[in-house]
Amino acid sequence: MAPDAESQRWLRDLEDDSPERHDAVAALHQLLLRATRFEVRRRSAVHPHLRGDDLDDLATQAADDALLAVLSKLDDYRGESRFTTWAYKFGLFEAAVKIRKRAWQGRELPVSDDTWALLSTGTGTPAEEAERSELLGAIATAVDTALSPRQREVFVALALNGVPIDVLAERWGSTRGALYKMLHDARRKLRQELVAQGFDELREDG
Amino acid sequence: MNSETSNTRNAAARLLGPAGPELSCDECFAELDRYVEIELTAGGDADSAVPGMRAHLDGCPACREDHESLREYVAKAAG
Repeated sequence: MAPDAESQRWLRDLEDDSPERHDAVAALHQLLLRATRFEVRRRSAVHPHLRGDDLDDLATQAADDALLAVLSKLDDYRGESRFTTWAYKFGLFEAAVKIRKRAWQGRELPVSDDTWALLSTGTGTPAEEAERSELLGAIATAVDTALSPRQREVFVALALNGVPIDVLAERWGSTRGALYKMLHDARRKLRQELVAQGFDELREDG
Repeated sequence: MNSETSNTRNAAARLLGPAGPELSCDECFAELDRYVEIELTAGGDADSAVPGMRAHLDGCPACREDHESLREYVAKAAG
């Protein structure tokens, strides 16, 4: 697909030998900085302990990193969206990852599976509570019996305790993609185990 | 479906993720800009254009947040 005229101009101006490159790179940095500031403001609402100066530094670092990412991946741009939309996602991604990591800085990762008890607490009728308890109990048992130790750690951290995947990736020296693949495989094993136990409604589609 | 049954299903969905095929995180990132622009186009059917994206967004909180941010920002920048 051919990019629209404005996107073509961005690509032309950002070429290595373009006389406009210097100004185009500066404009791209400003565009990314507006996006990272938006994202930092948006997320700081749920992380009130992050302070103003920290947040502005974080937005600037995210824009710097996003600029490098965009410039190194220009060949990947396929023209299937506007260039600016394609570039924004790098800025928003860098800012979001930095906020998640900053919010968890110095915090221990929860490793216990106490969350099962919280999930099991409800206010339904005895029959509904029994249904909930049976399903969650079966999932908890399958986590212990069907998963490898590493799959269990990933499942308990990400799915059960809600640790942000980028935080776990940083602590373990891994990547979001690799950890999600491990979680995906763990979830699949759990579904298969639960279907085998008679929870037919958990069968995978397709 | 009453709310307790719904809560039980939601808890199971959170733990077990989507039941259907889904994109990986890298595939999601590669397609996110196209998906969002189709979503923001009147009459656009992003889920048909990018199969597996919706399931991945349901299963991966980080990619879901990234999607919400891009969608909101592009809509704001266009407005």
